[in-house]
Formats: sequence, C-alpha cells, structure tokens
Amino acid sequence: MDLLLSSLDILARWDVLLALLVGSIGGVLIGAIPGVGPAVAIAILLPATFSMDPIVGLTVLLGIYGSSMYGGSIPAILINTPGTAVNALTTYDGFPMTSRGEARRALSLAYSSSFFGGVFSVICLILFAPVLAKIAPMFGSREIFLAALLGIILVVIAHRGQSLIAAALACFGIFLHTVGLEPVKYSKRYTFDQAWLSSGVDLIVVVLGLFAISQAIFLLQGQDEKIRLTKLRGGMFQGMRELARHPRVASASASLGVVMGMIPGVGEFTAQFLSYTYAQRSSERPEDFGHGASEGLIAAETSNNAVPAAAMVPLLALGIPGEALTAMMLSVFYVHNVVPGPQLFQNDMDFVVALYLALLILNVFVLIFLLFATNQLIKVVKIPNRFLGAAILTLSFVGVYSLRNSFTDCLIAACFGIFGFVLKRLSLPAVPIVLGMVLGGIMEVKLRAGMARVKTPFDFIDRPIAMILFLMILGVLILHFRYVWRDRKSLKEAKWQAKHKSTSFAAQMSRRKDFLLTERGKKLREKRSKYTPRSTGKNSPR
Amino acid sequence: MSKDRSEEIRRFNGPLRGQALFAVVFVVAAVLLLSQLPSETKWAKGTKLFAQPRFWPAVSVVGMVVFGGLHLWKLPRRGFQRVDMIEWKLWFFAIEYVLWFLGYVLLVPIFGYLPMTVLLMVSLSYRLGYRGRFMLWVAALFGVAVVVLFKGFLSVKIPGGALYEYLPGAVRSFFILNF
Repeated sequence: MDLLLSSLDILARWDVLLALLVGSIGGVLIGAIPGVGPAVAIAILLPATFSMDPIVGLTVLLGIYGSSMYGGSIPAILINTPGTAVNALTTYDGFPMTSRGEARRALSLAYSSSFFGGVFSVICLILFAPVLAKIAPMFGSREIFLAALLGIILVVIAHRGQSLIAAALACFGIFLHTVGLEPVKYSKRYTFDQAWLSSGVDLIVVVLGLFAISQAIFLLQGQDEKIRLTKLRGGMFQGMRELARHPRVASASASLGVVMGMIPGVGEFTAQFLSYTYAQRSSERPEDFGHGASEGLIAAETSNNAVPAAAMVPLLALGIPGEALTAMMLSVFYVHNVVPGPQLFQNDMDFVVALYLALLILNVFVLIFLLFATNQLIKVVKIPNRFLGAAILTLSFVGVYSLRNSFTDCLIAACFGIFGFVLKRLSLPAVPIVLGMVLGGIMEVKLRAGMARVKTPFDFIDRPIAMILFLMILGVLILHFRYVWRDRKSLKEAKWQAKHKSTSFAAQMSRRKDFLLTERGKKLREKRSKYTPRSTGKNSPR
Repeated sequence: MSKDRSEEIRRFNGPLRGQALFAVVFVVAAVLLLSQLPSETKWAKGTKLFAQPRFWPAVSVVGMVVFGGLHLWKLPRRGFQRVDMIEWKLWFFAIEYVLWFLGYVLLVPIFGYLPMTVLLMVSLSYRLGYRGRFMLWVAALFGVAVVVLFKGFLSVKIPGGALYEYLPGAVRSFFILNF
C-alpha cells in the first residue's frame, strides 16, 4: 500500500498528468494516421524529452507507445489499412464488419478489447512487481549477457523466412555500436582516422534515419490514396457488453500478450498470432474468422494492447529492450542517469510502479477520449500520404539537429534514411539493426565483466538462472533449426509434386533417346531375324 | 541442367526485385570491412579474448559476411532483370528528398528555423503537386506550428539564424529565442 501511495505521489504533478494526456491523445492521433506509427513519433520526440524530468519524458513516450495501437485500429477497421503494423490482424475481422455496416460496433469492440488488454497487463505486472524485485537481483553480468543474447536470437528468428538477412542486419547493428573509441583500452575501432567517427555512431541518429526519414521518403515517393469513410451509426458502449460475453477469449489473449511481451524480441505479432489461433480453434464458429468474427477482433486487439506494459519488464528489470520502441526509451533512461536493471527494481520500486500506474491512467484517458471523439478523429485518415511525408521530413530535422546541432549527424541520418527506404522497399526488417546496436553494447560490457571470474566454460552457466537462460537459448535454436529443416523438407516435397515427367527437358530427351534406341533395336532384330532365321531344333541339320 | 526455382520464388518472403543487388552490395561491404579488421582494430597483449578491442568488431563483421553470404546464396534469383533496373531507379530518385533535407539543414543556421521551415513545407508541397491555395496555407501553418511547438514551447536546441542578427533590438532576441 505504501508503495502504491509513494508511486501515486510521483505521478501527482500537473506536468506529469499533462504529459500523460498529451502522450495518450497524441499517440491515438499518430496511430490513426496510416504511415506514421509510434516508432516515427518516438524517434522524433526523443531529443525533445531529454530536457524534461525523467518521469515526464517517459510518460510522454509511454503515452504514445501505449495508445498508438488504439488509434491504429481505426483505419484498420474503417478503410482496411492498419494504422500501425501491429493492427494488421485487426483488418481481418474489423473491415468485414464495416462492410456489413457495423463499423461502430467493430470500433467499440476494438476499443473495449484494447482497454481490457492494457488494464489487465498493468494489473498483472503491478501484482508481479514484488516477485520481479526478488528475481531481478539474481541477474549478474552473465545472466544479463545471456538474456541479451537470447533477445537478439529471438528477434532474428522471429523474422520467419528472413532470418538470415535479419541475422546479418543484427550483426550490422552490433558493428555500428563498435565504431569509435573502445571504452576500456581507448583504442580506435573502424574510425578510418576520421575525427567525426571517433565518438561513434549515435543510436538516435540511426533510429531517426531508419524509422523517420526512411518513412518520409517512402511516403514522398508513393501515391496519395482516395479514401472513402463510412458513416458511423449506433452506440459506442455496446463493445463493453459484447466483450463481457467472451471472457475466455479476452483473458486468454491478454495473458498471452503479457507473457509474450515479457520475452525480449517476441512482442505483439507473436502474441496476436497465438491469441487469434487460440480464439479460432476454441470458437464454436471458426469459419466466421476472417469474415467479421467478434472473437477474432477481441483476440487481436486485446493481445496487442497487453504487450506494451509487459515489454517494460525486461527493460526495467534487466535493462534489455525487446523491440525498437523500448530500445529508444532506454536512451531516455541513460540521458537522465536512470540505469534500468536489477538495482532499479531494488532501489526505485516506486518509480517502476509509477510508470505502470501511468500506463493504467493513460488507458482510461484514451478510452474516454475515443468514446467521445471518434467521429472527429476519423478525419485524420484523410491526410494525403505525400503531404505527411513532407511533414515527417520537417519533423525529422528537429530530432536529429537538436541533438548536437551537427550537420554530420544529419548527413548520417540521411544516409540511414536511404538505407531504411531500401529496406522498406524490399520488405526487409530494420528493427534488428537497432536492437543489434543496443544489445551489442550490453553484451560487450556484460561478457567482459562476466568472463573476468570464469575459469572454465561451464563456470559461465553454473548459476541456476544462467543455466535456464542457456537452456532456453539451446531450445530456441533447436526449435528454429527444426523449423528450417521442416521447411526445407516441405519445399522438396512441393518440388517433387510439381515436377512430373514432362517438366524436365533433359529427362524428356533421355526418354526419347531410350525410346528410339528401343524402337531401332526392335527393327534391327526384326531385320536380322529375316536373314538369319532363328534356329530351332527341328530345322537344324543333323 | 538449369535448376527450377519457381517454388522458392513463390515462397519468398517479400518482393524479389532489387534483392540481389542489395545482398551483393551488403556482402561486398562486409568483406571490405573484414579486410580492414587488422588495421582498424587493435589486439591488446595480455588481455583475454573476450576483452579484446577486436573481439566484437570481428564477431559482427564475420557475422555480416557469413549471414549476408548465406542470404545471397539462398536468394531464389541472383541475376538482374529489367524489373531490378526499375527498382534501382526508384532508389536513386529517393536521393532528391535527401537533398531537400540536407539543403534545409544547411540553410537553417543562416536564414533561421521559422523562415526555412515554412519555405521547406510550402515549396515541397508545391513540388509534390499540392498547388491549391488551401494546401499551401496548410503547409505554411504546419511549418509555423512545428517551430512554435518545438522551439517556443519545448525549447529544443536549434540555433537562431544568422539573419536574425540584423533585426532590431527586442525583436532580435525574441526571434533568436523562439523562432
């Protein structure tokens, strides 16, 4: 109780509440505009929050992070275009409902499910916080190194079908982290005798280039789309009642969101996929899924909104971000000399709970805002894409230039902008680069510290948590290689099935040759048999 | 005998156009970085392997070469076609917007944040085809709003323009501080 009161005391300031309000409403707006997304907004706002109090800066960013998915469901339901990437699954059942003239029911259900997911995860984590506070100190250098390694492996293998290039890009991220002066021996690494490379490549510059500038270029090069909005009819509160009729799907999806969110590198997509599959399998009418099933919408929206609060667990307890957005937030912590990790849970538990309470309050703010302002809010969907691109380009300048007023930073960000644009065009992931940069730094420091007291390789995993993490890494790798092997097998099978006798030209020629030879052989044998009739016992001279 | 890769192409995650060039450039860059490893990093004597300044650059660059190379090898199509050329052109034309951005960065310290932001928004909107009076006004107002929000309210560190020095006394300091 004392903990809750002291946490509320941290939040009971007008600037924190204002930051929460601005962050939550801003997040909904940003989420509702397809093509912007929370990553772009957080990247742009990051340097602006450096001058604020840690709690104020973090609440703004948390507000955007936690509420953007609410906004993202609006275009997903109304125009079949997800506002943020994680709302893609919402289109499956949301848009068919709109097509049936039930747009308001779908929106109301999405808001209610999101609210339930958000609140459920925050309550779980507040209750879970004392346990975390006990577990977190058990994490030493080796455990944090292994957790970071597990995070990077999970990020790589989460990109199914692209895991090789994701691994290469994660290595590129680690490489970017190593550029500059090495912090222990003070030797230069990959600076090519250039003074501007001595201080290394700034994470925020890379993030702004990869997420904001690349998105601006992508929109500027694209086309504007003509959008027709559906008129909303009916009450906005019916979603709550409908959600109450599906308590099993809602609670299972929220639980999956919490669990998946806590595992670094897994996040919303896996949580949504698992929840949706569970909802479909356990439904009495699985054939309705993808055609406007309310359970499908509940599963998608509940699970993705349960993730943000849970994703803060590895960040706050271990200092390990599980995705790009939490990686950006980590830099805000560092700027304010708040070092996330086991010590934060031991010494500043009220700060941690305050962050969770902030997430809880922002869910309430967002729900109230959406219930009354949806009619006006849907108009932002109509902003032309290319104009948005110009706006993002202008805003990117604030993010990069305000860091050090450096033209070089802007040039590096622009180069990463082009690189990010190429990645977007090729549908390749940029997130492994950012996580490689952040987790690479953590792994370098922790491995050095951890190996200092290790004599044999087994000593590295002789503690229980280290052993569990090591076994998890092994398990994840085995599962991945099993998947790769099965994929390869199914590819071979598909090839064999598609390949009939007529498809291979060489085989066809070979068969033709065999046939001709056989025919020729028959003819020859026939011809020869005329001149040299087969000898039989009857005709043979005695 | 040519290998039939239609099944791999069907299963490929994402568009195939441009993939080969990206993978080739990535691997070549990684190999070049690997060749610079001895000269660009140091091996500290009497230091354990994991604490070597060279250890992590080596891990990352070798990883780039190996995984990048495997990605290139596993691509369903490694040759270049006409559709690839169209994609490269698109990448090349993206440089135009980078030049707009860099021009803006260079001119802000001279002409000031407010005038350049408004000018960028209006001229870029005009270039993009929004030539109606309404959209141009929206662009200008957006520029003003961005400057007022970030420099006026949030006080982000963006220097005042050199041109502001020529403004009269009180207006000069007001402009330097807020715009």
